[in-house]
Amino acid sequence: MRGMSPIVQVVTRLMAGMLLLYGGYIIVHGHLTPGGGFAGGVLVAAALILVSLAFGSVEQVERKEYLLSSVFESLGGLFFVSLALAGYFAVEIFFRNTGVFFLGKPLELVSGGLIPLANIAIGVKVGAGLFAVFLALGASRFVMKE
Amino acid sequence: MIPFIACVLLLLIGLYVVIAKRNLIKIAIGFCLIEYAVNLFFALVGFKKGALAPIITQPEQVRMSVTRNFVDPIPQALVLTAIVIGLSTTALMLSLALRLYERYKTFDISEIRKLKG
Amino acid sequence: MFVAVPLAGAFLIPLLAKLWSRLSDIVANIVAATLVGLSFYGWLYIRTGGMPLCYWVGGWRLIGIAMWFDALTALIVLIINIVGFCATLYSVRYLDRYSSGRWKFYTLLTLLLAGLNGLAISGDLFNMFVFIEISAIASYALVAFGTEEEEVEAAFKYMVLGEVGGTVLLFGIALLYAKASTLNLAHLSQVLSGMGRTPFYWFVIATLLIGFAIKMGMEPFHAWLADAHFSAPAPISAMLSGVFIKVTGVYGMCRLMFNVFGISRAATPAFFNLLIAFGAVSMVLGGLLAFSQNDYKRLLAYSSISQIGYILVGLGVGNFWGIAGALFHILAHALSKGTLFLAAGSVESQTGTRELDHLKGLERTMPLTSWAHILGSFSMAGVPPFAGFFSKLFIIIGAITGRMYWLAFLAALFSAVTFAYLTKVVNRAIFARKDEAVTQAKEAPALMVLGMVILVILILAVGIGFWGVQTQLVAPAAKVLLNGLDYARLVLGG
Repeated sequence: MRGMSPIVQVVTRLMAGMLLLYGGYIIVHGHLTPGGGFAGGVLVAAALILVSLAFGSVEQVERKEYLLSSVFESLGGLFFVSLALAGYFAVEIFFRNTGVFFLGKPLELVSGGLIPLANIAIGVKVGAGLFAVFLALGASRFVMKE
Repeated sequence: MIPFIACVLLLLIGLYVVIAKRNLIKIAIGFCLIEYAVNLFFALVGFKKGALAPIITQPEQVRMSVTRNFVDPIPQALVLTAIVIGLSTTALMLSLALRLYERYKTFDISEIRKLKG
Repeated sequence: MFVAVPLAGAFLIPLLAKLWSRLSDIVANIVAATLVGLSFYGWLYIRTGGMPLCYWVGGWRLIGIAMWFDALTALIVLIINIVGFCATLYSVRYLDRYSSGRWKFYTLLTLLLAGLNGLAISGDLFNMFVFIEISAIASYALVAFGTEEEEVEAAFKYMVLGEVGGTVLLFGIALLYAKASTLNLAHLSQVLSGMGRTPFYWFVIATLLIGFAIKMGMEPFHAWLADAHFSAPAPISAMLSGVFIKVTGVYGMCRLMFNVFGISRAATPAFFNLLIAFGAVSMVLGGLLAFSQNDYKRLLAYSSISQIGYILVGLGVGNFWGIAGALFHILAHALSKGTLFLAAGSVESQTGTRELDHLKGLERTMPLTSWAHILGSFSMAGVPPFAGFFSKLFIIIGAITGRMYWLAFLAALFSAVTFAYLTKVVNRAIFARKDEAVTQAKEAPALMVLGMVILVILILAVGIGFWGVQTQLVAPAAKVLLNGLDYARLVLGG
């Protein structure tokens, strides 16, 4: 996949780190501000896609990326399910919000028990998932006439 | 009232596109329109005039339960979920369309007719 | 539990399959078997007089999401998991046709199972929608699995139609929420019984009905069924036809209409007559179209349309025998159609063709498959003592009790038609005269046959022990539907 012009590459180099950070911020603060797992995950995926588009990539690197993102996606999903199950085994109820997890004061970062962890799990899953979708659709298998 | 009518209009336009257009990608887009129209409708359902966004920003609010003047948060959560569902649906539809293009070399639906009956 | 197990399985598979591709088979089968065990456990719990289980997620009562397990759920869950397990067994060998991506198949299949199970036990309106969509998306991807042209085209058509149906459903749910401000099914039914029968009420019912109709292949939205079943890999067709259509379409509709809206024959005869009308049309159309088909799987697909018609007619009749018959037929059809589709798949994978004209004399070369097919057909057509006979009998009894003699006659007539077109397959493909050339084929591999045989044994068991099945399994489920409004009382009180 071809990369893009040098201007785009320079700008991407500046922006990509910030985008990832911002996406992470939205994910982790999901219980305090609007956003949460889904929206933050989309941002993370967007950052990754941006890098991928701007710099282009070679076939082998793409395969490795695809594999990695697939693994991350599954891990995210498993993390989510295990969170739910942890609630189950601890207090006998799915998704229970007390007991096992940190419950700080409201409005602080470490509060709300289960929810930030669930957000992180979802963020990982959505981010990796969307990036994998992008790779599968656009990058390696189906090549439009360059 | 107006936003609701706009939603229905959007839905009808989307429906028209799905039924009447011949290009695969256009059909997928038309379907997206339908999806968004319904999501929009659902989000509008929870609206109250002059109410705040349902996020607690000051600790005092938790105790004073000023929650009475919040916009209904349930439709928002549901619409979020529905949007994500729509996203995965769109992704799947587009990947299918791509695969069809690879095989038939065309996006035109009237040429993709290997199945009869 | 029902949801967590397949979900966990679905996410484990991609990970583990990177190590060793056969591992995915094992994980999937373990998951499916566990689900079967859980279903039986749940059913037994209900049967011994336990209260229907009610389970609030996160411990938030009344504003949270409820999971609910009563007699009807037990029936549906059993069907889902048994057919699912047989399909998973069958897939182990069937997937040898596809060179790659085994783990993708199993991931999707376990996702499908997760979605269907979640649907069966959810007690919350939006939760139902989410699970319907999950299973729907999994099924679209599964139908397209082979990525041949036909399969992808069928999957695309199916997908657009199915998703439009799902979106219409969402629209109905939005309307409902706008009026009722609650999503919990039990609470919803209470709120609804307090409201009058305004035109808005009917509009919401109509919208929801259209959404479900699309998903279950009721007229006039049956178009996608034929292509989708025809092109999907065989275990998927079995799951699709026998389980998915019924659970998402019929069960979803029943839960909503009977338990939430509290529709009964006395109050709203129009709704039931509508069901009967559409059901009869499905029955007739499906049967006639099936008769003229030359392709094995397409014939079975049209037959499914016809059988859904039966179920709708049974539901539409509205009294105990009708509903019990309809539910029994869901069970019988799931088992029978599952067997038939799996048999069709075996034939196809061994001989490489599905055209009936090209197949002859399979009885000699693939005896087990042929007999599975024959027995499945008998059950489908309503020959005693198989399961299908009793289900159709109940529906007919229901029709007669409801004094709709023409309906009973129609049902009996189309049983004969079903028998006719299924025998056509038997005649052409399985038996052959002494001097005709026999198609070359070997018997299907062991695991495929095992999946089929389990289903056949179940058909026989359900048929012979039908009275036991009726009283233990189906009647309580039917009662749940009939005493629609009790649902709310049970959930909120218990």
